[in-house]
Amino acid sequence: MCLYANVSIFFYGVTSANILEKKDDFASVVMEHLRLNGAYWGLTTLDVLGKLDAVNQDEVVSWIMQCQDQSGVYPGFSGFGGNIGHDPHLHYTLSAIQVLALFDKIDVLDIEKLDIASLQNEDGSFSGDIWGEVDTRFSYIAICSLALLQRLDKINVEKAVAYIVSCKNLDGGFGCTPGAESHAGQIFCCVGALAITGSVDHVDKDLLGWWLCERQVKSGGLNGRPEKLPDVCYSWWVLSSLIMIDRVHWIDKKKLADFILDCQDKENGGISDRPDDAVDVFHTYFGVAGLSLLEYPELKAIDPAYALPVDVVNKIFFTT
Amino acid sequence: MHGIPRKAPTQEERDDSSLKAAKLRDLQSLLLHFHHNKIYTEEAIEISAKLLESNPEHYTAWNYRKLAVQHLLDRHQQNQLDSQSPQSILDDELILVENALKTNFKAYGAWHHRKWVLSKGHSSSDRELRLLGKFQKLDSRNFHAWNYRRFITELKKIPDEDELQYTTDMIYDNFSNYSAWHNRSMLLSKLLEKSAKGYEKRENVLSEEFEFVRNALFTDPDDQSGWFYHSWLLGQTLKREPLFLSSSPPHGSNLSLSIDKPYRERHFPLILYFSEAVGGVSSSTVNVEYFYDGGDGLIWFPLAANKLGFSQAWLTYIKYPLDTLESFHVKVTIAQFPGIISSSGMPCSRSCYIYFTASICLNNQEDSELQTTHKISWNEENIKPHSTHPEDANLLASLCKLDITKENKPTTPMLCMETISNEIACSRELLLSSNCKIGKLTLARLLVAHNTLITYGCMDSGTEANYEEILALYHDLMKMDPAHIGYYEDEYSLVLMKQLTPNTESLLKLCGNYQELSSPSISSYTSVRLKGLSLSRVSCLEHLLWVQMLDLSNNKLRSIEGLEALQQLSCLKLSNNRLSSFTALEPLKMLNSLRVLDVSYNEIGAHTIDTRRYLCSSPLNSTTGSKWQSKIFTDGDADLKHFWYAYLLFRDLNLVQLDIVGNAVVDERLKAFLVKLMPALKWFDGESCH
Repeated sequence: MCLYANVSIFFYGVTSANILEKKDDFASVVMEHLRLNGAYWGLTTLDVLGKLDAVNQDEVVSWIMQCQDQSGVYPGFSGFGGNIGHDPHLHYTLSAIQVLALFDKIDVLDIEKLDIASLQNEDGSFSGDIWGEVDTRFSYIAICSLALLQRLDKINVEKAVAYIVSCKNLDGGFGCTPGAESHAGQIFCCVGALAITGSVDHVDKDLLGWWLCERQVKSGGLNGRPEKLPDVCYSWWVLSSLIMIDRVHWIDKKKLADFILDCQDKENGGISDRPDDAVDVFHTYFGVAGLSLLEYPELKAIDPAYALPVDVVNKIFFTT
Repeated sequence: MHGIPRKAPTQEERDDSSLKAAKLRDLQSLLLHFHHNKIYTEEAIEISAKLLESNPEHYTAWNYRKLAVQHLLDRHQQNQLDSQSPQSILDDELILVENALKTNFKAYGAWHHRKWVLSKGHSSSDRELRLLGKFQKLDSRNFHAWNYRRFITELKKIPDEDELQYTTDMIYDNFSNYSAWHNRSMLLSKLLEKSAKGYEKRENVLSEEFEFVRNALFTDPDDQSGWFYHSWLLGQTLKREPLFLSSSPPHGSNLSLSIDKPYRERHFPLILYFSEAVGGVSSSTVNVEYFYDGGDGLIWFPLAANKLGFSQAWLTYIKYPLDTLESFHVKVTIAQFPGIISSSGMPCSRSCYIYFTASICLNNQEDSELQTTHKISWNEENIKPHSTHPEDANLLASLCKLDITKENKPTTPMLCMETISNEIACSRELLLSSNCKIGKLTLARLLVAHNTLITYGCMDSGTEANYEEILALYHDLMKMDPAHIGYYEDEYSLVLMKQLTPNTESLLKLCGNYQELSSPSISSYTSVRLKGLSLSRVSCLEHLLWVQMLDLSNNKLRSIEGLEALQQLSCLKLSNNRLSSFTALEPLKMLNSLRVLDVSYNEIGAHTIDTRRYLCSSPLNSTTGSKWQSKIFTDGDADLKHFWYAYLLFRDLNLVQLDIVGNAVVDERLKAFLVKLMPALKWFDGESCH
């Protein structure tokens, strides 16, 4: 089974024209508020496929910068909204930084103005925005964002790590807050944040590794929690977590790759959550990123912690 | 986005979608307009409700809503005409959240909004629990509901015992409820920790829980939920203090020291090896008594790559002065004072001791350091079984002392042993009627636990389980569940190492006397051969701390974590394994005595993804960016930048012989780079250099 060329011409919300264009269908409108995430999913997919130059960089960067909160209504955090006119939130701030990293344009950002550090709480946790929702997803987002900006010194990393460790469960996994059930998405966020801060030693790799490898079901796909259905997006979250703790050899990589390839829409391009379901850019990104982690030929290598191509990450950290 | 079947929409569906889209688009742009212009009229608020009921993930609308609520509450405060009461205002919010959740009960924004409303002191716990009851009936795995439940129980101070009963009800309703089992484990942990009324006797509570979960396991053995809970219970049962296992030099041995050493090299390593990773080993917790007081307290180093300061093996150096002529005794008391603690928080409270003697040897031939004038060929004909050699006396004597001294063995709690035996019996029974994979895995784990309890405890509690049976179970599992073969291989390796190295008799089978036939004047070395055993990882090294020459070739090693403990290692053969990157060789950085290394025919450089990238120190995970803006990336030449990890690895190793052929990463450029980096290197890939 192979990755059909159609994936690379799957421009669903991916070319700059589509990002900026208003589309008619309900699915597009209902997700207008997370268009910036969509830009990240689409553009990173294109880069992994080696086709990022199909995009008009300047148009995209200009649109992204318009998503940054200009109102000054909220004190402190002046991050990015999911689309123009939407309130700032960490979710979209990370996507903005990641897309700018793809284009090597991180220097257009005014880091002081962003003030991500203002969202760190006393106990080391992070709120998503000034309205105070706390979740380890936001710990990952804040840490990843500041690491890419090379300004981790702006937050209390020790406390941030301590909070994440307090969300460690008895099965070795992590939840969104202390005591919350282990979930592959949260595990990715926590392990990723620990990886970026050099703290993976806090993870019981054998215990978590076993929990994670048991996500692989008979079809070869991965689920996110015990007794749930497999879904291509877990090909990223479970897989990258396994890689960061060096236990990826505990799953059958070939079977997983086949599962992902089976989720392609061979006629129209794109990848869905499960075979024969509707495709979307979210699952297309996770499918392609997963295949990259599985070393599928002709795909650029992707970094499991920063979720960006390795050459983009290396450029930031390995040059002066 | 999830679970929507793939089919091209009909024209009718497309028109329908456009209509819906247009309506939603209007609502959304109106909302943004109201929000930016701070318009909180009744009409505007009504529109925001319509929007959130059809699109509960529109997070800016929830923000608008909160500002509207503040606005309305302020109006009431200011006693404005026809302002709503706070009760009514907040009630509207609760109703809105319920409606929004009907559309999508996984919307983070909706749940958070409800918490925000609750924080204003409105709504009773009854109302919230009823709402939760409804949602948990719809989907008992909805983690938003479970999280919200934990939020309410904390807010309204609902006792843990009540919540525990709720998990019991949920589990009886449906055994396959991992979320309920998870909550149960959290609640029980809390109750046990604070010794709540009725939960003081830990063993009894665990015993009851084993019985409780047994129902689930026998009813539906293929469901994972019960098995993960069972695995947690097992961990709780086996939780014990870390144990001191062995040392180098071993207890009761006689160590030979060379007379001919300059001042700064007049020390020998002392290694302590524990049953699990511990922290807190220092001169305050370990007392070393011998005639010479080195002045400062001894410094102990953890021999592990992890940065938290926990390790199974700990090292210090014992100094002896220039004028030492006689032999001297050394007594080491471990855990003399409290402070040694496992990574799971269990203290090492049993104090125990070892002693050995050290003698100055006038004969240079006894120098334990490898003589590096000749190439090590690792040829089979160079190895002779030990029994034929007289020099073995010392080694044999040492090996005999390796078992933990009787004084150092703790007693195993009776109940623990009973529980394990009981669970073994139950697993066997279950496996008679159901060939279930996790059941088999559990039985294997139980048998290993049983053996460990016997080895480390000093009671006559029966015989050890047959290792062959355990290994056979893992073979079965590899056949039944080939997707997870990598996991079973790793577990198999751990068991195999336990089987191969428990006592003197078995160790001697692995030992050989290596004598380079081409140069008989060079003394021989004791070599240990663990080749061709399908080992994918190494462990259980407590009886191998003395090894100088180790052959681990022709295995399946991906990791050599654990080898850091073998501080005497001079020659290491790792050819024909599965080492996939230089970063996998990181443990070698701690082996100061290593001179001969063979990593030929591995997979270094064959992969685009480095799975140890985040397990070793690198610019990617340094919290201070400036630390790495150093020589390598600024002044370094192209080669240095390209091979930066190889540079950091090999720079500190004083290798005399290196074999690296057969790895994808090797090319002329790398070879030249390495030869230049290591001036002491005499043989590279079989050929002499320098």
